[in-house]
Amino acid sequence: MSDLVKNIFRLILFITVQVFLLNKIPFLHRFIVPYLYFLFILWLPFSTPRIALLFIGFATGLILDYFKMTPGLHAAACVLIAYVRPFIIQLLITKETTEINFHEPSPRGLGWGPYMVYAFILTFLHHLYLTLLQWLQFGSFLDFIIKTGATTAISMLLIITVELLIPRRLKYRTNTA
Amino acid sequence: MRNIFLFIRRYFVFLSFVLLQFIALWILFKFNRFHRAVFLGVATEVTGGINTQVDKIDDYFHLHEENRRVHRMNDSLLNLLKNNFNPTDTAQRLVTDSVRIDTVTEVRRYLYREAKVLYNSVNVENNYLQVNRGAKEGIKDNMAVLNSDFSVVGQVVNVSPNFSQVMSLLHTKSRIPAMLKTTNVAGIIRWDAKDPRFLTLDGISKDVAVKKGDTILTSKYSFNYPPHFFLGRIADIKIDKSSGFYLIKVRCAINFANIQQVFIVENLQRTEQVELDKDTEKKMAQERRNSP
Repeated sequence: MSDLVKNIFRLILFITVQVFLLNKIPFLHRFIVPYLYFLFILWLPFSTPRIALLFIGFATGLILDYFKMTPGLHAAACVLIAYVRPFIIQLLITKETTEINFHEPSPRGLGWGPYMVYAFILTFLHHLYLTLLQWLQFGSFLDFIIKTGATTAISMLLIITVELLIPRRLKYRTNTA
Repeated sequence: MRNIFLFIRRYFVFLSFVLLQFIALWILFKFNRFHRAVFLGVATEVTGGINTQVDKIDDYFHLHEENRRVHRMNDSLLNLLKNNFNPTDTAQRLVTDSVRIDTVTEVRRYLYREAKVLYNSVNVENNYLQVNRGAKEGIKDNMAVLNSDFSVVGQVVNVSPNFSQVMSLLHTKSRIPAMLKTTNVAGIIRWDAKDPRFLTLDGISKDVAVKKGDTILTSKYSFNYPPHFFLGRIADIKIDKSSGFYLIKVRCAINFANIQQVFIVENLQRTEQVELDKDTEKKMAQERRNSP
């Protein structure tokens, strides 16, 4: 399967799960909305150009926004993490070993430690920006802090679950291929 | 000039980032103020189509609740039937008079349309529902939406040809004119974005007698909502010492998680009322200018 087709399927899957499963979960608490869809952006291949990342992020966010009737909210957060993603990858990964051998960020490719840091930073940024934009419209500062923390925690839990349940096949890029 | 091009080329990614952020925020703030956004009509058609398919499955999980509501509704309507009541005088006969002979004719004020909820959320601060009736069926902005047991759900804020979006009571911008059933004192129902089971009733002053369990209905003074429809019951009463008003917590009449069939209510005289309102304002402003 080519990268493009695979990622289009992934996008549809992530949006469907987010809209029809996670958004319908009865409120655990008023602070917590489980988010998982942005994992799509985390999983994009290393080789994606930075400019393409931005536009993919924008589109992903906007699609979710039109389902949730919050036009622009998730798009803004997704563009932010799509912009920051290459910097984090550069910081965390030594280029020679991983990026040449592996196709896209995954815990088995990067090792659980670096991958978790990578996922945590982007998740935290996403939720921070999202709640900040909501907080500007309503709520108190305490709500803002608790909400950011709680949603980040629940998202990390979901990401770990997904990574453990669905181990992606690692494509080794070798010279012979 | 050359330097500008060089600058743009060097920082192309960053500039795109700023541009996309700007677009996203512009869409967001514009939508929050006017409930309008680019491509919203087209997007509603697409999401509506998908939601219809998913809703077919989702329906089965709420059938029990829905049946109970509809059955209760039928029960209350059956009890209103004329032939439940025996006339005390045997010479009397009940007839339904459909011929209007006097000049005091009645005018239809509210028109009900049934609709089905396709998508609905409860877990964010601004909740919307999507229903399967749109501009083609005559749905317009500001129409009231009632649940299948006639408790208030919200108000239409946006329509596309086949679908419409409803702002639910659980929305930070939702303001519904309400009144106490016992004393008919008017207030405003809103949501404080905390618990989806509770609403807040504002504008009831301390001299009004209220107690726990009192019923809150829609007000008679609303352009959008038909009067005397159930909103909820008072769950908790506190007194705001600074303002002399009550802080009343209202237990919401409906469970927003399992709404299925709804009624969309059109006020056929709304345009006339709104125009009259505006006209009065204009006249008063003019008079103020004319009088010294």
